[in-house]
Amino acid sequence: MISLLQEAATTAVEHSEDAVADAAAHGDAAAHGAAEAVGLPQLDITTFGNQIFWLVITLAVLYWVLSKIALPRIAAVISDRQGAITGDLMAAEEFKQKAKEAEAAYDKALADARAEAGKIVAANRAEIQKELDAAIAHADAEIAARAAESEKRIGEIRESAIGDARAVAREVTAELVATFGGSVDQGAVDAAVDNRMKGALQ
Amino acid sequence: MASEGGLEFHPMDQFVVTPLFGDGPVRWFTPTNVTLWLALVVLATVALLVLGTRGRGIVPNRSQSVAELAYGLVHKMIEDIAGKDGLKYFPHIMTLFMFIVFGNLLGLLPKSFTVTSHIAVTGVLAFAVFFTVTAIGFIKNGVHFLDLFWVRSAPLAIRPVLAVIEVISYFVRPVSHSIRLAGNMIAGHAVIKVFAGFAAIAAVAPISIIAVVGMFAFELLVAFIQAYVFTILTCVYLKDALHPSH
Amino acid sequence: MEGNIGELGQYIGVGLTAIGMGGAAIGVGNVAGNFLAGALRNPSAAAGQTATLFIGMAFAEALGIFSFLVALLLMFAV
Repeated sequence: MISLLQEAATTAVEHSEDAVADAAAHGDAAAHGAAEAVGLPQLDITTFGNQIFWLVITLAVLYWVLSKIALPRIAAVISDRQGAITGDLMAAEEFKQKAKEAEAAYDKALADARAEAGKIVAANRAEIQKELDAAIAHADAEIAARAAESEKRIGEIRESAIGDARAVAREVTAELVATFGGSVDQGAVDAAVDNRMKGALQ
Repeated sequence: MASEGGLEFHPMDQFVVTPLFGDGPVRWFTPTNVTLWLALVVLATVALLVLGTRGRGIVPNRSQSVAELAYGLVHKMIEDIAGKDGLKYFPHIMTLFMFIVFGNLLGLLPKSFTVTSHIAVTGVLAFAVFFTVTAIGFIKNGVHFLDLFWVRSAPLAIRPVLAVIEVISYFVRPVSHSIRLAGNMIAGHAVIKVFAGFAAIAAVAPISIIAVVGMFAFELLVAFIQAYVFTILTCVYLKDALHPSH
Repeated sequence: MEGNIGELGQYIGVGLTAIGMGGAAIGVGNVAGNFLAGALRNPSAAAGQTATLFIGMAFAEALGIFSFLVALLLMFAV
Protein backbone atom coordinates (compact mmCIF):
# COMPACT_ATOMS: atom_id res chain seq x y z
CA MET A 1 0.00 0.00 0.00
CA ILE A 2 2.70 2.44 1.06
CA SER A 3 4.84 1.63 -1.96
CA LEU A 4 1.79 2.08 -4.17
CA LEU A 5 1.18 5.48 -2.63
CA GLN A 6 4.80 6.46 -3.15
CA GLU A 7 4.71 5.36 -6.74
CA ALA A 8 1.47 7.23 -7.23
CA ALA A 9 2.93 10.28 -5.63
CA THR A 10 6.02 10.26 -7.82
CA THR A 11 3.83 9.96 -10.89
CA ALA A 12 1.67 12.77 -9.56
CA VAL A 13 4.73 14.93 -9.07
CA GLU A 14 5.88 14.16 -12.60
CA HIS A 15 2.44 14.99 -13.91
CA SER A 16 2.37 18.24 -12.01
CA GLU A 17 5.76 19.18 -13.38
CA ASP A 18 4.52 18.40 -16.85
CA ALA A 19 1.41 20.47 -16.26
CA VAL A 20 3.39 23.40 -14.95
CA ALA A 21 5.65 23.18 -17.97
CA ASP A 22 2.59 23.01 -20.22
CA ALA A 23 0.99 25.95 -18.48
CA ALA A 24 4.15 27.98 -18.81
CA ALA A 25 4.42 26.99 -22.47
CA HIS A 26 0.84 28.06 -23.09
CA GLY A 27 1.52 31.42 -21.52
CA ASP A 28 -0.71 30.93 -18.41
CA ALA A 29 0.34 32.55 -15.18
CA ALA A 30 2.82 30.25 -13.48
CA ALA A 31 1.36 30.99 -10.04
CA HIS A 32 -2.08 29.90 -11.21
CA GLY A 33 -0.65 26.70 -12.58
CA ALA A 34 1.01 25.93 -9.25
CA ALA A 35 -2.17 26.52 -7.27
CA GLU A 36 -4.23 24.27 -9.50
CA ALA A 37 -4.70 20.67 -8.52
CA VAL A 38 -2.90 18.39 -10.84
CA GLY A 39 -3.41 14.80 -9.97
CA LEU A 40 -4.91 14.10 -6.59
CA PRO A 41 -3.67 16.57 -3.95
CA GLN A 42 -4.15 13.86 -1.33
CA LEU A 43 -1.45 11.78 -2.98
CA ASP A 44 1.07 14.60 -3.19
CA ILE A 45 3.57 13.09 -0.81
CA THR A 46 5.63 16.28 -0.57
CA THR A 47 2.99 17.84 1.67
CA PHE A 48 2.67 14.85 4.01
CA GLY A 49 5.44 15.98 6.35
CA ASN A 50 3.85 19.39 6.71
CA GLN A 51 0.38 17.98 7.41
CA ILE A 52 1.61 15.37 9.87
CA PHE A 53 3.73 17.91 11.73
CA TRP A 54 0.87 20.34 12.20
CA LEU A 55 -1.60 17.55 12.91
CA VAL A 56 0.53 16.19 15.74
CA ILE A 57 0.81 19.67 17.25
CA THR A 58 -2.95 20.14 16.90
CA LEU A 59 -3.77 16.82 18.51
CA ALA A 60 -1.37 17.49 21.36
CA VAL A 61 -2.95 20.90 22.03
CA LEU A 62 -6.45 19.49 21.72
CA TYR A 63 -5.67 16.60 24.03
CA TRP A 64 -4.13 18.93 26.59
CA VAL A 65 -7.11 21.31 26.52
CA LEU A 66 -9.64 18.51 26.74
CA SER A 67 -7.98 16.46 29.45
CA LYS A 68 -6.90 19.41 31.61
CA ILE A 69 -9.77 21.87 31.26
CA ALA A 70 -12.83 20.83 29.32
CA LEU A 71 -13.55 17.27 30.36
CA PRO A 72 -12.96 17.69 34.11
CA ARG A 73 -15.20 20.73 34.04
CA ILE A 74 -18.01 18.97 32.21
CA ALA A 75 -17.64 15.92 34.43
CA ALA A 76 -17.84 18.16 37.51
CA VAL A 77 -20.92 19.93 36.20
CA ILE A 78 -22.62 16.65 35.38
CA SER A 79 -21.82 15.12 38.75
CA ASP A 80 -22.93 18.34 40.47
CA ARG A 81 -26.21 18.10 38.65
CA GLN A 82 -26.53 14.46 39.54
CA GLY A 83 -25.86 15.36 43.18
CA ALA A 84 -28.36 18.19 43.07
CA ILE A 85 -30.99 15.93 41.55
CA THR A 86 -30.35 13.22 44.13
CA GLY A 87 -30.44 15.82 46.91
CA ASP A 88 -33.65 17.28 45.59
CA LEU A 89 -35.20 13.85 45.33
CA MET A 90 -34.22 13.07 48.90
CA ALA A 91 -35.59 16.41 50.09
CA ALA A 92 -38.78 15.70 48.23
CA GLU A 93 -38.96 12.29 49.88
CA GLU A 94 -38.46 13.96 53.26
CA PHE A 95 -41.20 16.47 52.55
CA LYS A 96 -43.46 13.67 51.49
CA GLN A 97 -42.77 11.88 54.76
CA LYS A 98 -43.50 15.10 56.65
CA ALA A 99 -46.72 15.59 54.75
CA LYS A 100 -47.73 12.05 55.60
CA GLU A 101 -47.01 12.64 59.27
CA ALA A 102 -48.94 15.88 59.21
CA GLU A 103 -51.84 14.11 57.60
CA ALA A 104 -51.76 11.39 60.24
CA ALA A 105 -51.67 14.01 63.02
CA TYR A 106 -54.55 15.83 61.41
CA ASP A 107 -56.55 12.63 61.15
CA LYS A 108 -55.81 11.82 64.76
CA ALA A 109 -56.82 15.29 65.92
CA LEU A 110 -60.00 15.00 63.91
CA ALA A 111 -60.82 11.64 65.42
CA ASP A 112 -60.08 12.96 68.92
CA ALA A 113 -62.25 15.97 68.39
CA ARG A 114 -65.00 13.79 67.09
CA ALA A 115 -64.79 11.50 70.12
CA GLU A 116 -64.76 14.50 72.45
CA ALA A 117 -67.76 15.96 70.74
CA GLY A 118 -69.54 12.63 71.02
CA LYS A 119 -68.76 12.50 74.69
CA ILE A 120 -70.01 16.03 75.27
CA VAL A 121 -73.14 15.32 73.30
CA ALA A 122 -73.78 12.16 75.33
CA ALA A 123 -73.23 14.00 78.63
CA ASN A 124 -75.52 16.83 77.62
CA ARG A 125 -78.11 14.41 76.46
CA ALA A 126 -78.00 12.56 79.79
CA GLU A 127 -78.29 15.83 81.70
CA ILE A 128 -81.13 17.06 79.59
CA GLN A 129 -82.83 13.68 79.92
CA LYS A 130 -82.49 13.92 83.69
CA GLU A 131 -83.91 17.42 83.79
CA LEU A 132 -86.64 16.38 81.43
CA ASP A 133 -87.47 13.35 83.54
CA ALA A 134 -87.55 15.50 86.66
CA ALA A 135 -89.76 18.06 85.00
CA ILE A 136 -92.07 15.37 83.68
CA ALA A 137 -92.29 13.75 87.12
CA HIS A 138 -92.95 17.12 88.69
CA ALA A 139 -95.59 17.90 86.16
CA ASP A 140 -97.14 14.47 86.63
CA ALA A 141 -97.26 14.98 90.37
CA GLU A 142 -98.79 18.39 90.02
CA ILE A 143 -101.32 17.10 87.52
CA ALA A 144 -102.16 14.25 89.89
CA ALA A 145 -102.54 16.68 92.82
CA ARG A 146 -104.72 19.02 90.83
CA ALA A 147 -106.79 16.10 89.57
CA ALA A 148 -107.27 14.86 93.13
CA GLU A 149 -108.27 18.32 94.33
CA SER A 150 -110.70 18.74 91.46
CA GLU A 151 -112.10 15.32 92.25
CA LYS A 152 -112.56 16.30 95.84
CA ARG A 153 -114.20 19.56 94.98
CA ILE A 154 -116.44 17.86 92.52
CA GLY A 155 -117.36 15.36 95.27
CA GLU A 156 -118.09 18.19 97.68
CA ILE A 157 -120.15 19.99 95.14
CA ARG A 158 -122.00 16.86 94.39
CA GLU A 159 -122.55 16.22 98.16
CA SER A 160 -123.76 19.71 98.72
CA ALA A 161 -125.97 19.53 95.66
CA ILE A 162 -127.49 16.30 96.88
CA GLY A 163 -128.01 17.78 100.38
CA ASP A 164 -129.63 20.91 98.94
CA ALA A 165 -131.82 18.88 96.63
CA ARG A 166 -132.97 16.73 99.55
CA ALA A 167 -133.76 19.71 101.74
CA VAL A 168 -135.65 21.37 98.91
CA ALA A 169 -137.50 18.11 98.14
CA ARG A 170 -138.45 17.64 101.83
CA GLU A 171 -139.68 21.24 102.10
CA VAL A 172 -141.57 21.02 98.86
CA THR A 173 -143.10 17.68 99.90
CA ALA A 174 -144.08 18.98 103.34
CA GLU A 175 -145.60 22.11 101.82
CA LEU A 176 -147.49 19.98 99.26
CA VAL A 177 -148.85 17.69 101.93
CA ALA A 178 -149.85 20.70 104.04
CA THR A 179 -151.50 22.38 101.10
CA PHE A 180 -153.55 19.27 100.33
CA GLY A 181 -154.72 19.38 103.92
CA GLY A 182 -152.92 16.50 105.36
CA SER A 183 -151.15 16.48 108.60
CA VAL A 184 -147.51 16.85 108.15
CA ASP A 185 -145.61 14.02 109.57
CA GLN A 186 -142.12 15.28 109.08
CA GLY A 187 -140.53 11.86 109.63
CA ALA A 188 -142.70 10.10 107.04
CA VAL A 189 -142.09 12.85 104.53
CA ASP A 190 -138.38 12.65 104.98
CA ALA A 191 -138.39 8.88 104.63
CA ALA A 192 -140.51 9.04 101.50
CA VAL A 193 -138.33 11.71 99.92
CA ASP A 194 -135.15 9.88 100.76
CA ASN A 195 -136.62 6.71 99.36
CA ARG A 196 -137.52 8.42 96.15
CA MET A 197 -134.31 10.24 95.82
CA LYS A 198 -132.28 7.10 96.35
CA GLY A 199 -133.83 5.69 93.28
CA ALA A 200 -133.27 8.94 91.33
CA LEU A 201 -129.75 9.41 92.47
CA GLN A 202 -128.83 5.91 91.65
CA MET B 1 -6.64 16.17 -17.97
CA ALA B 2 -10.23 16.88 -16.94
CA SER B 3 -9.51 20.55 -16.30
CA GLU B 4 -9.29 21.14 -20.03
CA GLY B 5 -13.04 20.53 -20.37
CA GLY B 6 -15.86 22.99 -19.81
CA LEU B 7 -15.41 23.23 -16.04
CA GLU B 8 -14.38 26.62 -14.76
CA PHE B 9 -12.55 25.09 -11.84
CA HIS B 10 -11.17 21.74 -10.96
CA PRO B 11 -13.20 19.78 -8.34
CA MET B 12 -9.96 18.77 -6.62
CA ASP B 13 -8.62 22.32 -6.29
CA GLN B 14 -10.10 22.61 -2.82
CA PHE B 15 -7.77 19.94 -1.48
CA VAL B 16 -4.51 21.58 -2.56
CA VAL B 17 -2.10 22.36 0.25
CA THR B 18 -0.73 25.88 -0.24
CA PRO B 19 1.49 28.01 1.96
CA LEU B 20 -0.35 30.73 3.84
CA PHE B 21 2.29 33.37 3.10
CA GLY B 22 3.94 33.68 -0.27
CA ASP B 23 4.48 31.06 -2.92
CA GLY B 24 7.39 29.12 -1.53
CA PRO B 25 7.70 25.37 -1.39
CA VAL B 26 5.75 23.48 1.27
CA ARG B 27 8.30 22.39 3.86
CA TRP B 28 7.37 20.43 6.94
CA PHE B 29 7.22 23.52 9.16
CA THR B 30 5.66 25.95 6.63
CA PRO B 31 2.38 27.43 7.90
CA THR B 32 -0.12 26.33 5.27
CA ASN B 33 -3.87 26.30 4.88
CA VAL B 34 -3.71 22.95 6.71
CA THR B 35 -2.22 24.79 9.68
CA LEU B 36 -4.92 27.45 9.52
CA TRP B 37 -7.80 25.00 9.46
CA LEU B 38 -6.27 22.75 12.09
CA ALA B 39 -6.01 25.81 14.31
CA LEU B 40 -9.63 26.65 13.57
CA VAL B 41 -10.62 23.13 14.57
CA VAL B 42 -8.86 23.63 17.89
CA LEU B 43 -10.53 27.02 18.34
CA ALA B 44 -13.96 25.60 17.56
CA THR B 45 -13.46 22.78 20.05
CA VAL B 46 -12.25 25.21 22.70
CA ALA B 47 -15.19 27.50 21.97
CA LEU B 48 -17.67 24.68 22.45
CA LEU B 49 -16.14 22.70 25.27
CA VAL B 50 -14.35 25.40 27.28
CA LEU B 51 -16.04 28.73 26.56
CA GLY B 52 -19.42 27.07 26.14
CA THR B 53 -19.28 25.53 29.59
CA ARG B 54 -17.83 28.48 31.48
CA GLY B 55 -21.19 29.10 33.15
CA ARG B 56 -20.93 25.68 34.82
CA GLY B 57 -24.69 25.87 35.25
CA ILE B 58 -26.65 23.18 36.99
CA VAL B 59 -29.27 24.09 34.44
CA PRO B 60 -27.21 24.26 31.22
CA ASN B 61 -27.50 26.98 28.60
CA ARG B 62 -27.50 26.14 24.90
CA SER B 63 -23.81 25.72 24.22
CA GLN B 64 -23.28 23.90 27.49
CA SER B 65 -25.98 21.38 26.68
CA VAL B 66 -24.38 20.75 23.28
CA ALA B 67 -21.02 20.24 24.98
CA GLU B 68 -22.63 17.86 27.48
CA LEU B 69 -24.36 16.06 24.64
CA ALA B 70 -21.00 15.44 22.93
CA TYR B 71 -19.48 14.37 26.23
CA GLY B 72 -22.37 12.03 26.97
CA LEU B 73 -22.33 10.56 23.47
CA VAL B 74 -18.67 9.57 23.58
CA HIS B 75 -18.79 8.56 27.24
CA LYS B 76 -21.76 6.26 26.72
CA MET B 77 -20.25 4.86 23.53
CA ILE B 78 -17.05 3.83 25.31
CA GLU B 79 -18.95 2.43 28.28
CA ASP B 80 -21.35 0.43 26.10
CA ILE B 81 -18.78 -0.98 23.72
CA ALA B 82 -15.40 -1.13 25.45
CA GLY B 83 -16.72 -1.48 28.99
CA LYS B 84 -15.92 0.38 32.20
CA ASP B 85 -12.17 -0.15 31.90
CA GLY B 86 -12.23 1.61 28.54
CA LEU B 87 -13.15 4.88 30.26
CA LYS B 88 -9.48 5.38 31.11
CA TYR B 89 -8.96 6.31 27.45
CA PHE B 90 -11.94 8.67 27.38
CA PRO B 91 -9.90 11.88 26.85
CA HIS B 92 -8.04 10.33 23.92
CA ILE B 93 -11.18 9.15 22.19
CA MET B 94 -12.94 12.43 22.93
CA THR B 95 -10.00 14.26 21.33
CA LEU B 96 -10.36 12.10 18.23
CA PHE B 97 -14.10 12.65 18.07
CA MET B 98 -13.99 16.41 18.53
CA PHE B 99 -11.13 16.76 16.04
CA ILE B 100 -12.88 14.75 13.35
CA VAL B 101 -16.33 16.21 13.86
CA PHE B 102 -15.07 19.78 13.69
CA GLY B 103 -12.66 18.97 10.87
CA ASN B 104 -15.58 17.59 8.87
CA LEU B 105 -18.02 20.35 9.73
CA LEU B 106 -15.62 23.26 9.18
CA GLY B 107 -14.65 21.66 5.87
CA LEU B 108 -18.23 22.22 4.71
CA LEU B 109 -17.87 26.00 4.90
CA PRO B 110 -17.47 27.54 1.47
CA LYS B 111 -13.85 28.23 0.44
CA SER B 112 -12.62 26.17 3.36
CA PHE B 113 -10.08 23.40 3.47
CA THR B 114 -11.11 19.98 4.78
CA VAL B 115 -8.29 18.66 6.92
CA THR B 116 -9.96 15.27 7.34
CA SER B 117 -10.10 14.75 3.58
CA HIS B 118 -6.35 14.16 3.50
CA ILE B 119 -5.09 10.64 3.73
CA ALA B 120 -2.01 11.93 5.55
CA VAL B 121 -4.21 13.26 8.36
CA THR B 122 -6.66 10.39 8.64
CA GLY B 123 -3.81 7.93 8.19
CA VAL B 124 -1.98 9.39 11.18
CA LEU B 125 -5.16 9.18 13.22
CA ALA B 126 -5.92 5.61 12.17
CA PHE B 127 -2.38 4.34 12.61
CA ALA B 128 -2.13 6.08 15.98
CA VAL B 129 -5.28 4.22 17.02
CA PHE B 130 -3.95 0.98 15.55
CA PHE B 131 -0.57 1.09 17.27
CA THR B 132 -1.97 2.34 20.57
CA VAL B 133 -4.64 -0.33 20.65
CA THR B 134 -2.18 -3.08 19.74
CA ALA B 135 0.20 -1.88 22.44
CA ILE B 136 -2.63 -1.78 25.00
CA GLY B 137 -3.64 -5.28 23.96
CA PHE B 138 -0.18 -6.72 24.50
CA ILE B 139 0.43 -4.79 27.73
CA LYS B 140 -2.90 -5.75 29.29
CA ASN B 141 -3.13 -9.34 28.11
CA GLY B 142 0.40 -10.37 27.16
CA VAL B 143 0.46 -13.35 24.83
CA HIS B 144 -3.25 -13.91 25.40
CA PHE B 145 -3.88 -10.99 23.11
CA LEU B 146 -3.14 -13.41 20.26
CA ASP B 147 -6.33 -15.28 21.23
CA LEU B 148 -8.02 -12.60 19.19
CA PHE B 149 -6.80 -14.42 16.08
CA TRP B 150 -7.38 -17.96 17.36
CA VAL B 151 -11.15 -18.40 17.31
CA ARG B 152 -11.81 -21.02 19.99
CA SER B 153 -15.50 -21.23 19.29
CA ALA B 154 -14.79 -22.57 15.79
CA PRO B 155 -13.98 -26.23 14.97
CA LEU B 156 -10.27 -26.96 15.29
CA ALA B 157 -9.87 -27.84 11.62
CA ILE B 158 -10.82 -24.43 10.29
CA ARG B 159 -9.12 -22.41 13.02
CA PRO B 160 -5.87 -21.86 11.07
CA VAL B 161 -7.83 -20.56 8.09
CA LEU B 162 -9.79 -18.26 10.35
CA ALA B 163 -6.56 -17.14 11.99
CA VAL B 164 -5.15 -16.07 8.62
CA ILE B 165 -8.36 -14.18 7.82
CA GLU B 166 -8.39 -12.56 11.26
CA VAL B 167 -4.76 -11.44 10.95
CA ILE B 168 -5.36 -9.96 7.52
CA SER B 169 -8.51 -8.19 8.68
CA TYR B 170 -6.62 -6.91 11.72
CA PHE B 171 -3.91 -5.34 9.58
CA VAL B 172 -6.37 -3.94 7.09
CA ARG B 173 -8.13 -2.09 9.92
CA PRO B 174 -6.05 1.11 9.90
CA VAL B 175 -6.20 1.28 6.11
CA SER B 176 -9.97 1.00 5.93
CA HIS B 177 -10.32 3.14 9.04
CA SER B 178 -8.43 6.05 7.46
CA ILE B 179 -9.58 5.67 3.89
CA ARG B 180 -13.24 5.46 4.93
CA LEU B 181 -13.07 8.90 6.50
CA ALA B 182 -10.88 10.54 3.87
CA GLY B 183 -12.78 8.88 1.03
CA ASN B 184 -16.14 10.05 2.31
CA MET B 185 -14.86 13.58 2.64
CA ILE B 186 -13.16 13.66 -0.77
CA ALA B 187 -16.15 12.13 -2.50
CA GLY B 188 -18.71 14.43 -0.89
CA HIS B 189 -16.79 17.63 -1.50
CA ALA B 190 -15.83 16.63 -5.03
CA VAL B 191 -19.45 15.83 -5.87
CA ILE B 192 -20.59 19.20 -4.52
CA LYS B 193 -17.92 20.90 -6.63
CA VAL B 194 -18.87 18.92 -9.72
CA PHE B 195 -22.51 19.93 -9.35
CA ALA B 196 -21.46 23.51 -8.68
CA GLY B 197 -19.39 23.41 -11.88
CA PHE B 198 -22.50 22.60 -13.90
CA ALA B 199 -24.12 25.81 -12.64
CA ALA B 200 -22.10 27.66 -15.26
CA ILE B 201 -24.36 26.19 -17.95
CA ALA B 202 -27.57 28.22 -17.82
CA ALA B 203 -29.89 25.41 -18.88
CA VAL B 204 -29.03 23.09 -16.01
CA ALA B 205 -28.15 25.76 -13.43
CA PRO B 206 -31.38 25.44 -11.37
CA ILE B 207 -31.06 21.66 -11.15
CA SER B 208 -27.41 21.95 -10.27
CA ILE B 209 -28.10 24.46 -7.51
CA ILE B 210 -30.83 22.25 -6.05
CA ALA B 211 -28.43 19.31 -6.25
CA VAL B 212 -25.74 21.31 -4.45
CA VAL B 213 -28.19 22.17 -1.66
CA GLY B 214 -29.26 18.55 -1.35
CA MET B 215 -25.70 17.26 -1.38
CA PHE B 216 -24.71 19.84 1.20
CA ALA B 217 -27.43 18.66 3.57
CA PHE B 218 -26.38 15.07 2.96
CA GLU B 219 -22.75 15.98 3.61
CA LEU B 220 -23.70 17.58 6.93
CA LEU B 221 -25.17 14.23 7.91
CA VAL B 222 -22.15 12.35 6.55
CA ALA B 223 -19.76 14.68 8.38
CA PHE B 224 -21.31 13.75 11.69
CA ILE B 225 -21.84 10.07 10.91
CA GLN B 226 -18.26 9.58 9.77
CA ALA B 227 -16.94 11.13 12.98
CA TYR B 228 -19.30 8.87 14.91
CA VAL B 229 -18.24 5.81 12.92
CA PHE B 230 -14.54 6.57 13.32
CA THR B 231 -15.02 6.90 17.08
CA ILE B 232 -17.21 3.83 17.40
CA LEU B 233 -14.71 1.72 15.47
CA THR B 234 -11.97 3.01 17.75
CA CYS B 235 -14.08 1.80 20.66
CA VAL B 236 -14.55 -1.58 19.00
CA TYR B 237 -10.79 -1.94 18.48
CA LEU B 238 -10.23 -0.89 22.07
CA LYS B 239 -12.68 -3.54 23.21
CA ASP B 240 -10.74 -6.15 21.25
CA ALA B 241 -7.57 -5.01 22.99
CA LEU B 242 -9.08 -5.02 26.48
CA HIS B 243 -11.10 -8.22 26.11
CA PRO B 244 -9.48 -10.23 23.30
CA SER B 245 -11.38 -13.46 23.81
CA HIS B 246 -14.24 -13.78 21.37
CA MET C 1 -11.67 14.19 -30.78
CA GLU C 2 -8.11 13.21 -30.37
CA GLY C 3 -6.17 11.50 -27.64
CA ASN C 4 -4.24 8.34 -27.12
CA ILE C 5 -5.69 4.91 -26.64
CA GLY C 6 -4.17 4.62 -23.15
CA GLU C 7 -6.16 7.56 -21.90
CA LEU C 8 -9.30 6.06 -23.37
CA GLY C 9 -8.65 2.83 -21.51
CA GLN C 10 -7.94 4.77 -18.33
CA TYR C 11 -11.27 6.55 -18.44
CA ILE C 12 -13.16 3.36 -19.25
CA GLY C 13 -11.44 1.69 -16.33
CA VAL C 14 -12.41 4.54 -14.00
CA GLY C 15 -16.00 4.21 -15.11
CA LEU C 16 -15.98 0.47 -14.53
CA THR C 17 -14.46 0.91 -11.08
CA ALA C 18 -17.14 3.39 -10.17
CA ILE C 19 -19.70 0.60 -10.63
CA GLY C 20 -18.16 -1.00 -7.56
CA MET C 21 -19.58 1.78 -5.46
CA GLY C 22 -23.03 0.64 -6.50
CA GLY C 23 -22.29 -2.61 -4.71
CA ALA C 24 -21.49 -0.69 -1.56
CA ALA C 25 -24.75 1.21 -1.95
CA ILE C 26 -26.64 -2.08 -2.18
CA GLY C 27 -24.80 -3.36 0.88
CA VAL C 28 -25.52 -0.28 2.98
CA GLY C 29 -29.14 -0.34 1.91
CA ASN C 30 -29.32 -4.00 2.85
CA VAL C 31 -27.93 -3.30 6.32
CA ALA C 32 -30.30 -0.41 6.94
CA GLY C 33 -33.30 -2.23 5.52
CA ASN C 34 -32.73 -5.35 7.57
CA PHE C 35 -32.19 -3.24 10.64
CA LEU C 36 -35.49 -1.49 10.02
CA ALA C 37 -37.29 -4.80 9.43
CA GLY C 38 -35.92 -6.16 12.70
CA ALA C 39 -36.57 -2.92 14.56
CA LEU C 40 -40.21 -2.87 13.51
CA ARG C 41 -40.66 -6.42 14.76
CA ASN C 42 -39.11 -5.64 18.10
CA PRO C 43 -38.88 -1.88 18.60
CA SER C 44 -37.76 -2.19 22.21
CA ALA C 45 -34.54 -3.93 21.20
CA ALA C 46 -33.77 -1.47 18.40
CA ALA C 47 -32.37 1.35 20.50
CA GLY C 48 -29.55 -0.81 21.83
CA GLN C 49 -28.49 -1.91 18.37
CA THR C 50 -27.94 1.42 16.62
CA ALA C 51 -24.21 1.19 17.33
CA THR C 52 -24.11 -2.19 15.64
CA LEU C 53 -26.07 -0.71 12.75
CA PHE C 54 -23.51 2.01 12.23
CA ILE C 55 -20.61 -0.42 12.50
CA GLY C 56 -22.25 -2.67 9.93
CA MET C 57 -22.89 0.25 7.61
CA ALA C 58 -19.31 1.40 8.04
CA PHE C 59 -17.95 -2.02 7.08
CA ALA C 60 -20.26 -2.26 4.09
CA GLU C 61 -19.37 1.25 3.03
CA ALA C 62 -15.62 0.75 3.43
CA LEU C 63 -15.46 -1.63 0.49
CA GLY C 64 -17.27 0.85 -1.72
CA ILE C 65 -14.80 3.48 -0.58
CA PHE C 66 -11.97 1.18 -1.67
CA SER C 67 -13.49 1.04 -5.12
CA PHE C 68 -13.76 4.82 -5.10
CA LEU C 69 -10.13 5.04 -4.09
CA VAL C 70 -9.09 2.75 -6.94
CA ALA C 71 -11.10 4.95 -9.29
CA LEU C 72 -9.29 8.04 -8.02
CA LEU C 73 -5.92 6.34 -8.33
CA LEU C 74 -6.71 5.29 -11.89
CA MET C 75 -7.97 8.72 -12.77
CA PHE C 76 -5.22 10.85 -11.31
CA ALA C 77 -2.27 8.76 -10.33
CA VAL C 78 -1.78 6.18 -13.08
